[in-house]
Amino acid sequence: MSADGVDRARRAWARLSPGARAAAGVIAVFALASLLAPWLAPYRVGQQIDIVHLASLPPSWAHPFGTDRYSRDVFTRILYGGRVSLSIATLAVVVSATVGTLYGAVAGYAGGAVDTVMMRVIDALLSVPRVLMLIAVLALWSPVPVAALVLLIGLTGWFDIARLVRAQALALREREFVVAARALGAGPARIVRRHVLPNVLGPVIVAGALAVGNVIVLEAGLSFLGIGVHEPLASWGMMFQDATDQFVSAWWAVIFPGAAIVATVLAFNTLGDALRDVLDPRQLPGHAALEPPETAHG
Amino acid sequence: MSAPARPAPLLQVRDLRKHFTRTRGVVRREHEVVRAVDGVSFDVMPGETLGLVGESGCGKTTTGRAILRLVEPTSGSVHFDGRDLLALRGGDLRRMRRRMQIVFQDPFSSLNPRMTVGAIVREGLTIHRLAEGEAADRRVRQLLEEVGLRPEYAGRYPHEFSGGQRQRVGIARALSVEPSFIVCDEPVSALDVSVQAQVVNLLADLRRERQLAYLFIAHDLAVVEHIADRVAVMYLGHIVELARARDLYREPLMPYTRALLSAVPVPDPGAARERIILHGDVPSPAHPPSGCVFHPRCQHPAKDAACTQVVPPLEEKAPGHFAACIKVPAGA
Repeated sequence: MSADGVDRARRAWARLSPGARAAAGVIAVFALASLLAPWLAPYRVGQQIDIVHLASLPPSWAHPFGTDRYSRDVFTRILYGGRVSLSIATLAVVVSATVGTLYGAVAGYAGGAVDTVMMRVIDALLSVPRVLMLIAVLALWSPVPVAALVLLIGLTGWFDIARLVRAQALALREREFVVAARALGAGPARIVRRHVLPNVLGPVIVAGALAVGNVIVLEAGLSFLGIGVHEPLASWGMMFQDATDQFVSAWWAVIFPGAAIVATVLAFNTLGDALRDVLDPRQLPGHAALEPPETAHG
Repeated sequence: MSAPARPAPLLQVRDLRKHFTRTRGVVRREHEVVRAVDGVSFDVMPGETLGLVGESGCGKTTTGRAILRLVEPTSGSVHFDGRDLLALRGGDLRRMRRRMQIVFQDPFSSLNPRMTVGAIVREGLTIHRLAEGEAADRRVRQLLEEVGLRPEYAGRYPHEFSGGQRQRVGIARALSVEPSFIVCDEPVSALDVSVQAQVVNLLADLRRERQLAYLFIAHDLAVVEHIADRVAVMYLGHIVELARARDLYREPLMPYTRALLSAVPVPDPGAARERIILHGDVPSPAHPPSGCVFHPRCQHPAKDAACTQVVPPLEEKAPGHFAACIKVPAGA
């Protein structure tokens, strides 16, 4: 990232509300905790400590979040589950954002018949609900490798970003700096790369942040249906699903993964909304209303 | 019009038209044709500045962009240095773009906010492989200096500059590929009056140093008077008068030009002047009036029924002075 990018990030941070900063903090803590899981976790991952004596223990000093029915430490599992949930969500959104941005930028900049066809393709794909599409594939492909899961989730989630970017690209196409690039003799590939993409990145970041929240819920839902990640991996959604039938006798095994999901999703949504407020008006390049008053020196 | 008997023109525009089709309604589709540019012809000689003036919406910007193929003309022909621009495709067209550039009206919208000024000026060098690496850096600094900016500004972003400075960056970008013709699309309209003169003077200096030809588009006759050799007046997609700047300002023939000129402020409060106030609005270019497009607003004393029927050709009424009005006698 350029010095300008760092500078803008700093200015954006300065304008974030306390709520949004807290959200960013929550995300940072969760990400760090997952990253450092091997050092933070009090037990080994998947370790069944003593299934006879230590199963379904309520929270205590030894097990801050209790243990599940197989005597696994819930806190440890949440740390490792965060790795799965967060990385699947982030990577899937990276896939979505990349595909969506390229697709939208090409459609929007090309315009005309190309744009119409490309958008109708999206309409057709959107007519099938995402969850249904995923269930259809995952029901036949079990157990699904994590990489494939990431790709599947990512490749079913780029339509909204593509539409967003396409709308921006359509508007950018008429902007004089794009016309100037054409006048200079720049070809379409160069214009998309140098003039369109850098100017749609802000909205894409916002959409991406919001999408991470959605994908965490989606992955939890798939895991809840038993078609997401598989043992020995554990995502938060899977832990939640695993423990629901003993909610009354061992609520901690349900509540803590559930709370992790809710907190993360809330944090991503809050941050996404705040970023939209901070980035969006500036993102309309050269937005005249926000420019400092004209000075007289030439 | 017939081309003046002079050496080969750099730019030759003949019967250029750009019609936009608007489709309205879903059930009952209505196609509405907007005749933004409707049969425009003129020449620009090497090193000459042709002013193109008219009210907003008269098609002057579209004319400039159609010549450069930034919008595709509907019909007509554009020859640049003897080559038919409208026949060029793909790579040939892109190579040709080196010879003709454009400077825009809006100094805020015309620079990519995500690129440094240096990168903006450098882009043309890269596209046409005019310079690379160190040589390109040097060239960028030279260009910035040439338009009156400090070379150190190359690392800064457009938002750090004032409107006039940004306009200079836009000019440097146009100059980077060493064109022989530049469309200046209202390059000073968005600037403070104090800055306008500086930018116009810069353009005038560059023209002299580099033998540039300009198509200088403006809605302000005073600005054009200062820089143009010849002036074309546009109204509703047509050129209604074309003459040497001196002649046009001293002795406008078209009633429309007279009205335009009477609206130019004169910096002498005591000066006796006759204001010609045009009534009504400019008609929509989707439904232009029959005959002479100006007839509904024309105040010429001789206006009659013929004006509503006959499309007036752009005729040479005096040497080098063309006007499209059937009531202006030849030899006026």
